[in-house]
Amino acid sequence: MLFFSRTKTILTLACVALSFLLALPNVLPASVRSMLPLFNGPIVLGLDLQGGSHVLLEVDQATLKEQYAKQLIGDIRQALRAQKIPYSGLGRSGDNVSVRITDPSRVDAAMSELRKLVQPINTSLFGGGRATNQYDIRRDGDQIVFSFTPAGLDYKIGRAIEQSLDIVGKRINAIGTTEPIIQRQGVDRILVQVPGLQDPSRLKDLLGQTAKLQFRLLCDSQPTSATDRPPADCEALPDQKQPNQTFWVQTSSRATVDGEDLNDAQPAFDSRNNEPIVSFRFNQQGALKFGQLTRDNVGRPFAIVLDNKVVSAPRINEPILGGSGQISGRFSTQEATDLAIVLRSGALPARLSIVEERSVGPSLGSDSIRAGIVASIIGLVTVLLFMIVCYGLFGFFAVIALVVHLIMVLGIMSFFGITLTLPGIAGLVLDMGIAVDSNVLVYERIREEMKLGRSVIGAIETGFRMAFGTIFDSNVTTLIAAVVLFGLGSGPIRGFAVTLALGILTTIFTAFTLTRLIVGTWIRIARPKVVPL
Amino acid sequence: MRFKPLRFIPESAGIHFMHAARYGFFGSSILIVATIIIYVAIGLNFGIDFRGGTLMEIRTQGPADLAALRDKLASLELGSGVELQEFGAPTDVLIRLPTQNDEKLQQASVQKVRQALGPGIDYRRTETVGPKVSGELARGGVIAVLVAIILVMIYLWFRFEWQFAVGAAASLVHDVALTIGLFVVLQLDFDLSIIAAILTIVGYSLNDTVVVYDRVRENLRRYKQMTLPDLIDLSLNETLPRTIMTSLSVLLALLALYFFGGEVIRGFTFTMIWGVIVGTYSSIYIAAPFLIFTGVSTGGQTDRTKAAATAEAARP
Repeated sequence: MLFFSRTKTILTLACVALSFLLALPNVLPASVRSMLPLFNGPIVLGLDLQGGSHVLLEVDQATLKEQYAKQLIGDIRQALRAQKIPYSGLGRSGDNVSVRITDPSRVDAAMSELRKLVQPINTSLFGGGRATNQYDIRRDGDQIVFSFTPAGLDYKIGRAIEQSLDIVGKRINAIGTTEPIIQRQGVDRILVQVPGLQDPSRLKDLLGQTAKLQFRLLCDSQPTSATDRPPADCEALPDQKQPNQTFWVQTSSRATVDGEDLNDAQPAFDSRNNEPIVSFRFNQQGALKFGQLTRDNVGRPFAIVLDNKVVSAPRINEPILGGSGQISGRFSTQEATDLAIVLRSGALPARLSIVEERSVGPSLGSDSIRAGIVASIIGLVTVLLFMIVCYGLFGFFAVIALVVHLIMVLGIMSFFGITLTLPGIAGLVLDMGIAVDSNVLVYERIREEMKLGRSVIGAIETGFRMAFGTIFDSNVTTLIAAVVLFGLGSGPIRGFAVTLALGILTTIFTAFTLTRLIVGTWIRIARPKVVPL
Repeated sequence: MRFKPLRFIPESAGIHFMHAARYGFFGSSILIVATIIIYVAIGLNFGIDFRGGTLMEIRTQGPADLAALRDKLASLELGSGVELQEFGAPTDVLIRLPTQNDEKLQQASVQKVRQALGPGIDYRRTETVGPKVSGELARGGVIAVLVAIILVMIYLWFRFEWQFAVGAAASLVHDVALTIGLFVVLQLDFDLSIIAAILTIVGYSLNDTVVVYDRVRENLRRYKQMTLPDLIDLSLNETLPRTIMTSLSVLLALLALYFFGGEVIRGFTFTMIWGVIVGTYSSIYIAAPFLIFTGVSTGGQTDRTKAAATAEAARP
């Protein structure tokens, strides 16, 4: 039990040496690190330690549904008109879109025509080539009702998330942060983690707008007071800077050019008055549409609309055929830069709302690191002293095991890039207390065996053997709690679960190998007559 | 090394734990019932993780004037539940904003506070949890604690007998209940980190319980004629030095965290310190006597333990 084979000894020592090597980058300055052939860099600090923002975004399902309903209504209208089937009451209510066919003899024809709109979607989730429809279609007297299927809705939300991930990534990269994390979470959410951000409000501004840009003709008449109702084919949109002021803009699609055909957008300065502006360039298709709109409406004012707010309403002085233009709107330099970013990265398919935000400023982060280091050192020293005072030489052995155990945890975390958070540091300190437990169990058992009158080697050997079952059982239960915690946790809490679990695993390792090796070697060298316990 | 190691516990304390067990049991039951009553009557002071809302930690230049800050925020009309509190240092203030029931309004309220407080303020931390997420976190927290207890029970059932699993579960329920009770009494912020602390308490308390149970199982095989209360007393006395040593070393580490680990995790460490004390107590006065109630068989052991005992004896 106590005497290790050569292979086992070498393996144990190799494990210890390897973890020292893995943990080494944490104590070396960057200049030395770059010169050495190391496996990994230092430990990754969590957002709560280095400062940064954690933002959880959720796709707004209501606007998404509204958008798809709108699209479906357009398709239905087109299909029925093409077949010259008379209808009325085409509209949306809740999750349904319904239409009344006014000629009873044509209901069947309408039904078969509209059925073509119900495209099947192939989701791998349902496998086996079984397709589900995006909509359910049913007939109710002279009414035809479309409703979203759950699978169809999920499919669309999934597509919207995929698109949004890309766009969110572009926007965040544009503000030049280091190593942001952008990932899908659950069905309809996106997790964004940006380290080292001084002011999260800019990030939130960038992500909070859909950035749907439109160029729309103004109506001939404009409101004279806030209570005026817009005429048919017009809608009232507020000014971006002064929400009380509204513009009436035309709703027809012929009077609108969408900004999704933009090729590029850059912040710039107006050469006449040095005001910040955003200059943009259309792609070929957009240039064509924009050219047509401006050519047909020279002399008339149009509105540049961003997310249903009017940025500015200039007059078309001449046809703009080159496909480039500029937006001015009393911007600050920062606003112009950010507008260019969101336009360049494209419009989000739907509004993303911030359902959770946790931002830590750099000052708190560095305070936390300092507090964590101080607490760790004081905790370590107290536990070490306690062990030596209570167990003498064997306490010193426990101290070696404890230090190795800590270095192993740090080494493993550095190698696998596991993030260290403030609760993670708490987990490390708690680990110190728990780690000595295995030594305590062994030592107390040795004391008992000595009382029973066993020889030195007999007592130590039995002590180790009898304590191992207990060490194993008691650590597995803590490990179960740590794993559950990991499953539940988000961010910092997860960091705690990880250090706790790693600590338990390395404790078991040091107890089963290192401590035994040390005690065995000591017996061989010192040949003790009594156990100093 | 020539000095005599320190001992906290005499060689064989010979404490009759089980004599006092019925009082401990009685006292604990009263405390648990009291917890349920005050929980229903007063309730927990849920933090933003579970209630939704915003938490901001700010640092002012020079000592913060709480009254002036409060006036500034009161004019924003963010609803009742705007709270300010000094946080660790005279310059640091913790601001709580109530949930706005809408993610957009929630974000807007943070902006309003920033505008109202003006420049020269260091925003050290901003946490906002929307109503939807807070509901999910609360559900997740409860599920996590239950899942942990159930998994551990299954593990103990496999490694020991079902009576041990029941006893361990009872002591866990005791620990969790008393921790929640403490939070109701002190009205401390109950947030996600406290759930983490409770799960760790569950782990720690079990660790303790398993050590005692392990010894009970061993002694059951060794002393077939001893009565159960005596056998449990013996096991508790044998493991007492270890229990004290480990609890003390964990407490030392936790105290270092409590005093030097910073304000952010103080609530978390406080809970853990309480948990170590309660967990140690419950291993002795709840988990152990539960074996008497559920009637672990002493003489006529089940086949499984008998087989294990023979295997143990056969080992060289």
